[in-house]
Amino acid sequence: MSLQVDNLTVYYQTLRGDVQALEDATFSIADGEIMGLAGESGCGKSTLANSLIRLVPPMRFVRGQVRLDGEVLPIDDARRMSDYRFSRLSVIPQYAMNALNPTRKVGKMVAELLGSKGVDFAAMIPELKRRLDLVELSHDVLKMYPIELSGGMKQRVVMVLSTLLNPSLLIADEITSALDVSTQKAVAEMLVGFRDRGFVKSLIVITHDISILYQIADTILIMYAGQLAEKAPTDVIIRAPRHPYTKLLIASLPEVGVRYAKRRLSGIPGRPPLLLDPPAGCRFRERCSVAFEKCLEAPPFVELEPGHFVACWKELGEDADA
Amino acid sequence: MRRYLGRKLLIYVLTFFLAVTIDWLIPRFMPGDPVQTMLSRAALHAEAVEVMHGYYTRAFGLDVPVWQQYLNFWVAIFHGDLGTSVYLFPQPVIKVIMRAVPYDVFLLLPAILLSWFAGNWFGAFAARNKWLDNTLLPLGYILTATPYMWLGILLAWLFGVVLGIFPIAGAYSFSMRPHLSWAFIGSVLKHWFLPFASIFLVKFGGWAIGMRNMIIYELEADYSHYLEALGAPRGLIRKYAFRNAILPQITGLSLDLGVIVAGALVTEVVFSYPGIGYLILQAIQNQDYFLIQGCFLFIIIGVLLANFAIDIAYVIVDPRTRLGMVGESA
Repeated sequence: MSLQVDNLTVYYQTLRGDVQALEDATFSIADGEIMGLAGESGCGKSTLANSLIRLVPPMRFVRGQVRLDGEVLPIDDARRMSDYRFSRLSVIPQYAMNALNPTRKVGKMVAELLGSKGVDFAAMIPELKRRLDLVELSHDVLKMYPIELSGGMKQRVVMVLSTLLNPSLLIADEITSALDVSTQKAVAEMLVGFRDRGFVKSLIVITHDISILYQIADTILIMYAGQLAEKAPTDVIIRAPRHPYTKLLIASLPEVGVRYAKRRLSGIPGRPPLLLDPPAGCRFRERCSVAFEKCLEAPPFVELEPGHFVACWKELGEDADA
Repeated sequence: MRRYLGRKLLIYVLTFFLAVTIDWLIPRFMPGDPVQTMLSRAALHAEAVEVMHGYYTRAFGLDVPVWQQYLNFWVAIFHGDLGTSVYLFPQPVIKVIMRAVPYDVFLLLPAILLSWFAGNWFGAFAARNKWLDNTLLPLGYILTATPYMWLGILLAWLFGVVLGIFPIAGAYSFSMRPHLSWAFIGSVLKHWFLPFASIFLVKFGGWAIGMRNMIIYELEADYSHYLEALGAPRGLIRKYAFRNAILPQITGLSLDLGVIVAGALVTEVVFSYPGIGYLILQAIQNQDYFLIQGCFLFIIIGVLLANFAIDIAYVIVDPRTRLGMVGESA
């Protein structure tokens, strides 16, 4: 097990009270696994990612435990967490195109960052150059300022930099969102390449674009309104989802070869609840066509088949019947 | 680079032309007649006044048509001739100004530079430090919002009148003539301290507040968050933030340095400090066209030079400017 998360609960402190952005997340990621994390805006994807690497106010750690390679991470202690960041777990942030200091040459910034972490930059140069080749960047980028690079180049620099120390876990947060379709594919394949070459042991790829996950992810975790809904191998999520939300989400994706002029794309009726004061129990209840009294209690995230976790009373009940 | 400088230079030349034209216009828009004002002080016979008026009007070149006066003004500027002071007749304006400039430089250069260094250092230090942010920064806000003359009067009252430690008027003791001796230097320093302190304090507050806000802005920038996410130590993140936050402060410094020759009018008036600021007030009160023009011309040149210097300094400190130039000419 590369990553093991238990009952992780993180709220945002606001003047009007706590926004319950992440509630009792429990899941694990195996060595070498690329886990896609999907869900609509505001469902807690980025909150989950941020709480793993950089839990700062207004985020507030409520409860839970995170273990990386069997070691408990001090995620609520920013100072102690610094030792794990970069070397053990790392991130390619959503804002990768603005992530470099505009007044430092790329190479100098990398050198200063590594130096501050006690890593010998000179010894890293051959490896750094090898990896730049891998993402098809010229070595000259090290002598350039970020302003001289295109957005895509900056993102690849960040990809190389973030994974330079071979972390166990890499979180890629919406990295394909700002790219055109052909570049998306190239970036997605680079991530797989990083895993295959052992630069990173396992990956969390956050996106709202399920088609990207279909190409690269081994498993997909679906979130809804701060709760985990379903986790299963990619094929299973796409072809045989069991949570009602996942079913509707997959059904609302466009299919190749269908002309949507004739058949309207279906959406999911209703909107997600406000997380400032969310309804008790299953948060999808209001929009769910199969909801019943039991849904007033929060459903547990249960492994129905090996590797297939679902949080839905209906599925649990049917399983119990069978 | 050459293209960049060439374009900048053109802008500066145009600005200079417009500013000097306005400088020439402004005193002439003032109601009243400078020669009349000057003669009225002499209390002469009515006939003598008429003769004298004609003489002085010719002497100051005010008898020719306005457009001719304007052209003559430009010609004179390029000969380094700023005319003769009406109020301190017959001293040439340039001499009057040159006598005042050293006092301004002596007063303002240390005040501006020291407050800049101290304010930036303190602001950067106080940013994100709960205790300092809550206690000393409100003081910074009060200082920067204080009018110079009010603080000047307050300091003069406290240290000059009540405690009697510092003198409150002049650049040196009225009983002395300028000469090189320890007693004279001591007297100059003593007279210098209060005006210096009043300018230093107000500016210090401004720089500190500005730096604090800039640092906080930079610490919330994406690149700072990324460094944090990679576990970079606080020192490195702050170093980067400071370096980026200092850029707008450099611009502010240059603008301040540019107006050194303008003096600090209100402070100099409060302390009767004989710099350009004090001179401008005298010139305006006496409708001294040429002295006003001369003073403002100095200010115009000072501001333009400082701006030009900073344009060049930016090319050195901010790669974005430097690279922007390359992009434009390519």
